[in-house]
Amino acid sequence: MQHGGVEAVNVSYPGSARALQRGQAPPGDRIFRIVLLGAAWLVLLVVVALFAELVFASWPAISSIGFHALASATWDPNSGKFGVLAFVYGTLLTSAIALLIAGPVGVAVALFLSDLAPRWMTNPVGMLVELLAAVPSVVYGLWGLFVLAPIMRTVVEPTLSKSLGFLPLFQGYFYGVGYLTAGVLLAVMVVPTVAAISRDVFNAVPIEQREAMLALGATKWEMLVKAVLPYARSGVIGALVLALGRALGEAMAVVMVIGNKPAISASLFAPGYTMASVLANEFTEATGQQYLSILIEIGALLFVVSFIVNVGARLLVGRVGSERRLGA
Amino acid sequence: MIVVSALSAGIAAAVLVIVVLYVIGKGAPALSVSFFTQVPRPVGIPGGGVANALLGSLVVIAIASALAIPVGVLAGIYLALFGRGRLAGAVRFLSDVLTGVPSIAIGVFAYALIVLPTRHFSGGSASLALAIIMLPIVVRTTEEAVRLVPHVIREGALALGMPVWRAVLAVTVPVARPGIITGALLAIARVAGESAPLLFTAFGSQLFSNPVTSPTAALPLLIFQYAISPYKDWQQAAWGSALVLIVVVFALNVAARVAFRSRFASR
Repeated sequence: MQHGGVEAVNVSYPGSARALQRGQAPPGDRIFRIVLLGAAWLVLLVVVALFAELVFASWPAISSIGFHALASATWDPNSGKFGVLAFVYGTLLTSAIALLIAGPVGVAVALFLSDLAPRWMTNPVGMLVELLAAVPSVVYGLWGLFVLAPIMRTVVEPTLSKSLGFLPLFQGYFYGVGYLTAGVLLAVMVVPTVAAISRDVFNAVPIEQREAMLALGATKWEMLVKAVLPYARSGVIGALVLALGRALGEAMAVVMVIGNKPAISASLFAPGYTMASVLANEFTEATGQQYLSILIEIGALLFVVSFIVNVGARLLVGRVGSERRLGA
Repeated sequence: MIVVSALSAGIAAAVLVIVVLYVIGKGAPALSVSFFTQVPRPVGIPGGGVANALLGSLVVIAIASALAIPVGVLAGIYLALFGRGRLAGAVRFLSDVLTGVPSIAIGVFAYALIVLPTRHFSGGSASLALAIIMLPIVVRTTEEAVRLVPHVIREGALALGMPVWRAVLAVTVPVARPGIITGALLAIARVAGESAPLLFTAFGSQLFSNPVTSPTAALPLLIFQYAISPYKDWQQAAWGSALVLIVVVFALNVAARVAFRSRFASR
């Protein structure tokens, strides 16, 4: 398999790097090189500027309120109380619910696509799963608000309340909008991410591993559980972490089904708030520099968290096999 | 156990079908000629449409593409052909990071950068935000597309005496063109549906307005604003717009993946 198009620099074509340094390259090559370098630098600068501007614009909030904001759950901007704990809680809770649902489902879908499906099915079903990822998040939010929330309110949540109501998780009134609905909607949005990356990871497991297991007399299921999954474990965890990153930052779908209540509640049925959805709701209504700047700080926090999560995910997935395609 | 796995795949496929069917079912009644040609009318008065949002979306995405695609393609070519040093490693790493940044955070950036100083919501700031979202997609897919081109082709051109810039532009890039177009289409499909960055950059509007310098309506934004409104005909318009949006996004995705799949055998 050919290894990419990396040029060998030790042959001095007119225009190789050494010729450029010596000033022997034709002018067209110099301009070309400058233009390409400029584009690459521009990409770099965009990300750096993104981080810098976010920190800069949130500095008033960081310097005046500092990290007290993280300790308090009282969000009352009109009285100057800016506690963001409720948002952090909501973000983590909805993402956790999403991963708990989407993780197993996504891995099962990936196993189906890589090992269990008949040949003719892998492409259409794979395409369907990818199209699931292509649906815009507002459309998911719209569907969640008008279709999923009523179903949750009339069917799912009463059932959970009756059967598991002894747990504080499932107590309280059900409005249809709340942490659970948001978590379920996020799960739907995030399954394709888990499935796509996990499928790549499973396909990268060497066939010898599978064959060896089967040669030892394992059933197909045993082969998958004992040979493929352990080998692909770090990759699957990477997929889950990447899906977590996606779920943490999702604003539009969540803001329509989370109920928008800036308070921490133990019950999953209760309305809540997430970091991304408070930005979506209150950004254009923010009065005063401190209010605005703490919202920008939440945005900066989202950036930093997604950065950490992404780096972690890529380190994990990079360990299984060689070329991993981790695009959008 | 195979049943469980197949069931999961079936559920995933079924959910997509359910969502699409609902959007079609609730959205189709909203579509009409006036839907596509008129601006919104006051609530209760029939005949309004979303023409301003369609135009706004079109212009904002067009400008965003004009910003992101040239830069992204050039950076991708750089990474594929000359990308061995620390700069290239940093660009790859950061563009991977950029794919994972929540789009609302990018909207906040565009707000802080353009809207705050100019004291003005504008479609231009929305274009910038969307361009930033598109950039890493274009860079990565272009890099992969150019990498797949065998370098013997370029070496043949170089052996005939072509300067490097000409060899790349006249030989390598045309061979990689289907992959590059795929990347561009995927990037456009991704930002066509983005609503979060538009919330406080384009801000929305009820009329036709200059899509670059003033607040402008856009389709995903309109869906959000109308969906959370208490008016039935606005909610109806939201469903109709959602239908238009997923038709466009699916068409772009299918075009990108199917039409160019034969040249792009990386799976």
